[in-house]
Amino acid sequence: MLQRIRERLNPTDIVMWSIGGILLIMICWGSVATLVKGVYSTHHWIDFIIFGLAQGSVYALIAMGYTMVYGVLRMINFAHSEVFMSGPYTAYYFAAYFYRSGLLESHPVISMVLVFIISMATSTLIAYLLELIAYRPLRGAPRLVPLITAIGASFFLQYVFKGLYGSGFQAYPVVKALEGHLMVGPIRILKFQILVIVAAAILMVALYQFTQRTRLGKALRSVSEDKEASALMGIDVDRMISMTFMIGGAAAGAAGVLYAIMFKQVHFFMGFIPGIKAFTAAVLGGIGNIPGAMLGGIFLGLVESVGPSLFLDGLGIVAPYQLKDAIAFSLLVLVLIFRPTGILGERLAVKKA
Amino acid sequence: MKRNFALVVVLVLFVGLAVMTIAQAAPPKDPLGCVAIKKGQPIHIAYWMVVAGPDASLGIDTRRGIELAMADKGGKLLGYPIKLSGQDTACNAEGGQAAATKIASDPTVVAAVGSNCSSEARPGAPILWKAGISTVSPSNTAPYLTDPKRGKEYDGYLRTAHNDKIQGAVAAQFAIKKMGVKTAATIHDGSVYAEQLQAVFAEEFKKLGGTITAQEAVAPTDTDMRPVLTKIATGKPQFIYYPIFIAAAGHITRQAKEVAGLEKTYLMSADGSFSPDFYKAAGETAIGMFHSSPDFSAFAGGYKDFLAKHQKKYGEKPIAPFHAHGYDAAMMIFNAIEKTAVKDGDILYICRQKLRDALYATKGMKGLTGTITCNQYGDCADPRIAVYQQTADNIKKLVNPEVPFWKPY
Repeated sequence: MLQRIRERLNPTDIVMWSIGGILLIMICWGSVATLVKGVYSTHHWIDFIIFGLAQGSVYALIAMGYTMVYGVLRMINFAHSEVFMSGPYTAYYFAAYFYRSGLLESHPVISMVLVFIISMATSTLIAYLLELIAYRPLRGAPRLVPLITAIGASFFLQYVFKGLYGSGFQAYPVVKALEGHLMVGPIRILKFQILVIVAAAILMVALYQFTQRTRLGKALRSVSEDKEASALMGIDVDRMISMTFMIGGAAAGAAGVLYAIMFKQVHFFMGFIPGIKAFTAAVLGGIGNIPGAMLGGIFLGLVESVGPSLFLDGLGIVAPYQLKDAIAFSLLVLVLIFRPTGILGERLAVKKA
Repeated sequence: MKRNFALVVVLVLFVGLAVMTIAQAAPPKDPLGCVAIKKGQPIHIAYWMVVAGPDASLGIDTRRGIELAMADKGGKLLGYPIKLSGQDTACNAEGGQAAATKIASDPTVVAAVGSNCSSEARPGAPILWKAGISTVSPSNTAPYLTDPKRGKEYDGYLRTAHNDKIQGAVAAQFAIKKMGVKTAATIHDGSVYAEQLQAVFAEEFKKLGGTITAQEAVAPTDTDMRPVLTKIATGKPQFIYYPIFIAAAGHITRQAKEVAGLEKTYLMSADGSFSPDFYKAAGETAIGMFHSSPDFSAFAGGYKDFLAKHQKKYGEKPIAPFHAHGYDAAMMIFNAIEKTAVKDGDILYICRQKLRDALYATKGMKGLTGTITCNQYGDCADPRIAVYQQTADNIKKLVNPEVPFWKPY
């Protein structure tokens, strides 16, 4: 018995598990200390959770693009953050036009739907072109090659949009209908947060149902299982890959408008940080797994919002919100130590890995 | 082998001859070397400022100040044309370091104007000074940069901007004496500028009898400020001071109104976000908030002319608070060059150590921002800081308010 345990333990594991253990102890200790101190009321915690949910749903929508492309091509599409940026930045000009012409005031629903459609269309188009120009010619190349191309494409897109729309930022017009807050029972929730959370939830459920229930979705899943076999079964693999990119692009375009509704500012570099966070979310949830990406996104948003107050306040750390990225990434480390494939990640078959 | 040896001898002779001719033609001696400018060549001044990205208004504004100073000199100094080149500094330490390294590698650069953000100057100014380039900043305000303990590597650094020891104190006095608040919270973004400015504010605020409920921090790239604002709201401050830059300050201003418990809290930022770009970022939520900034109404008489020229050349009003400081910084350098440059035949020599000493010796210079006199640590400003309030009118027109809301003097 002892012999077997000794064989299974190797030094790396011990180090990793002790890091994980220390992190866990710190988290528990901090949380308990914060709760004992009792600075925050239940209302505050509910506020934190709602803020986190709204931010997390945007991460989750972007993470879909990363995870789906990974599922099909086993590559990280680093240019996805620019796909995310292109949509809302382009749609801004329409939103500003609707605002000036008064349409936004008189028909907020119609104009917001139009803004969503424009943003999603732009992002979809960019994602499609990206795949066609940057990745398809490299289909048979070693795995590192498309990765480098992705980084190049990311820079290219950033500077194209900088050239098109300028290097400054633009501010989305305020939608009057989304101003203010509602009381849901005792809970105070901002109107646009409801929109963000509900819209993201609908999109994610629709996407998941699409991949699970439709013929096209089935084809998509089969391509991600085994490309050669799918081709033999009469599935147009290239078309399916394009499709994957386009779906991811549409989700990113929608996420972009939600992001713009929440934060108002758009600029050519806006995709970078949400892109990195969404990628983290995808890894956290188990990359290649769609529900995993959703869960990872929400989890990351919640940790960023609740974490600094909950974990660090009790430890007496000054200005904890400066460390919110550190917390988010430490949690990524923690999850990966105990579950190397992510929260919902399945063990990859040898062939796929 | 023998032929190679002969070649080397000939080469050495040539090089020796060349060195001797140059040595004969280089009379002025300077521990840091001199820049020799031939007839027809320009005197090269470099700027390192934020001219791209969300804080670009800061750099474009100060660059326009230099350009107008050049125009006032007729584009020439001692008969030599002035050339202005520039590097973007991105308002962070890495950008400042990269820009300074690029400028330092150009031996024709005589002096520099910059940087805009204090975080850029901290690594950048020593790099320039290592190359013998003095730099005058129009908008760095962090106390550290002209602190007696700053170290020898900042010997070539001066500024025409005010020191935040003054700005932070004015903000605290405003909060207590004018607004009558007792509690305040601060937010900084980890930059040298914001971190030190809020520290000065907090210290002065406590000295005047107030209580600081929280000193929070965010990252300059953060967008979701609601959680941190909720945390601040638990301390129930009457006043929030966040002297940070445009993008993050815009997010805080917008989101503060959405957080329960902060609806009636006074908001105040500082000169780093005193710009029409900020009004774009914050929109109508900026109405009623305060900014501390140099008092334009206390500027010298020449400022009116300057504004007229500015309007004529760029078709708009100044877009940030430091254009006049940029003008003065450039004028300081021009004066120092005129004082120290030595003409030898057709060649103009500008010696680096002498130029630096002349800049530090600036005394009683009549600038746009007031009377400019440098102390031994490079603080040259004649600071008059006022507090401005944003009104619905100026937010709508996207211009800075013109009349101060409150002055400490």
